[in-house]
Amino acid sequence: MSITIQDVEHVARLARLELTDGEKSQFTEQLNAILKYAEKLNSLDTDNVEPTSHVLPITNVMRDDVERQSLPIEKVLLNAPDEEDGQIKVPAVLE
Amino acid sequence: MALFDLRLQDVHNKLNKKELSVTELVDASYSRIGETDSEIKAFITLNEENAKQQAAALDKQLQDGGERGLLFGLPAGIKDNIVTEGLLTTCASQFLSNYNPIYDATSVRKLKAAQSVTIGKLNMDEFAMGGSNENSSYFPTRNPWNTEFVPGGSSGGSAASVAAGQVYFALGSDTGGSIRQPAAYCGIVGLKPTYGLVSRFGLVAFASSLDQIGPLTKNVEDSAYVLQAIAGYDASDSTSANVDIPDYTSALSGDVKGLRIGVPKEYLGAGIDPRVKEAVMKALQVYESMGATWEEVSLPHTDYAIATYYLLASSEASSNLARFDGVRYGVRADDAANLIDMYRKSRSQGFGPEVKRRIMLGTYALSSGYYDAYYLKAQKVRTLIKQDFDQVFEKFDLIIGPTAPTPAFRLGEQVGDPLTMYLNDICTIPVSLAGIPAISVPCGIADGLPIGLQIIGKAFDESTVLRAAHAYEQQTEHHKLRPQL
Repeated sequence: MSITIQDVEHVARLARLELTDGEKSQFTEQLNAILKYAEKLNSLDTDNVEPTSHVLPITNVMRDDVERQSLPIEKVLLNAPDEEDGQIKVPAVLE
Repeated sequence: MALFDLRLQDVHNKLNKKELSVTELVDASYSRIGETDSEIKAFITLNEENAKQQAAALDKQLQDGGERGLLFGLPAGIKDNIVTEGLLTTCASQFLSNYNPIYDATSVRKLKAAQSVTIGKLNMDEFAMGGSNENSSYFPTRNPWNTEFVPGGSSGGSAASVAAGQVYFALGSDTGGSIRQPAAYCGIVGLKPTYGLVSRFGLVAFASSLDQIGPLTKNVEDSAYVLQAIAGYDASDSTSANVDIPDYTSALSGDVKGLRIGVPKEYLGAGIDPRVKEAVMKALQVYESMGATWEEVSLPHTDYAIATYYLLASSEASSNLARFDGVRYGVRADDAANLIDMYRKSRSQGFGPEVKRRIMLGTYALSSGYYDAYYLKAQKVRTLIKQDFDQVFEKFDLIIGPTAPTPAFRLGEQVGDPLTMYLNDICTIPVSLAGIPAISVPCGIADGLPIGLQIIGKAFDESTVLRAAHAYEQQTEHHKLRPQL
């Protein structure tokens, strides 16, 4: 399978990236090269192989449901690009 | 410079005997940085004012006497993807050029508890994506052995800084080789612990199932001391392993008699620089002379590791880096028409080319219709790669080979060719996929550039890895060589 400029545009939309025309053609070429290289995995029979998402034998790590102090709002807002009344401000969500 | 050649233990003794003050140590660190860093460019941010205040406070403690830990007063550098409260943490990205964390990573908190002194934040490939430091969005770090060459990456600033004698030790992070490969290129010791041994809390995530923090030091003993300080269970990291932490320095017996070493033929085959192969073979002779035995073994799925890694790591990265959207922290783009437009503009302006490429690859591999063919397939091959190691470790205590197939390459030599760049990681990536510990120690010099020996162990068996590395170091002089700066 090979990737087209349209595929790259679609993936960029999913990834919330705005690409220049130059980036689009460069990524099309480079992603094709990388995915072509990755096709070597298809030569392996993995029908009866379990996937590894994680090397440690731990699942569903829980903690006790007790109240804990959260970070103070004024400190959290120190890094916010824009704020108002103790809240992070963003451009309009609804038109 | 001689001061920075001392072992941690020696510096510790000098401090205790009051032959040296913490202020003198910290001043020496900054003056060395002043002398060398315009050329090496290891640091993105210095913590000079705070560090000097801390040094004065620690010197007062010294006057009062009492017991102090081994890292007390020692100048340390921290890779810039490990968050430090009140000290800029950029991940070498323009996106985070203004990011001032409001908490410490667990590893940093532990170093602070041990009272080491944070000298500053070290350069890296942006978001730890790369193997040369050329992907830093600020400037490339140079190899102290020859500034025309890369220091490796992504922890290139960490490795170069230790090699240049600017700090006693540094923390780095390793996802596919990012501690071990720069340690090899810069002629120092770099340890990637078992996945889960050191808390990832406060490490800006690249690929969560692979990322691991570890020490970069000038010798194996120091590596054991730093690991001792940072290892251990952390409830703040849900992938932290709840295991007993042994006394790593007590393992450094110098005795490797009877140790069984497997040497993977895949790591010494085509593509390996003959000078690297020769250095590894010589190291194996050293082990033989100490009473260890070695045999050629096979890790048959090695050839599939890079493809597997780039699919999995990029997929995880595309998800992890979704948090950088210009809302809560980082640089927000101006003039956005609406919220989505703000995300797009901020991300497009904030991320560099390699980061975008990996986000694109990962998003594609996870996208509808391709998930099974790429992501799931790679997860299954990861199982096969892990099984390769499990099988060898049924008969052997350690696996030894090169850290990287070649010494450092020239700046600019591999830019624009991502696949070739990825192939530098052929000996380190399989180990990361298996989640097991490995150390790189200096084992030779080729045309003025260091070569690294990689010693790989069973999960949570850092003690045997360190013991073997330390025993080798006792028999050889490679780790004592220093770049001429």
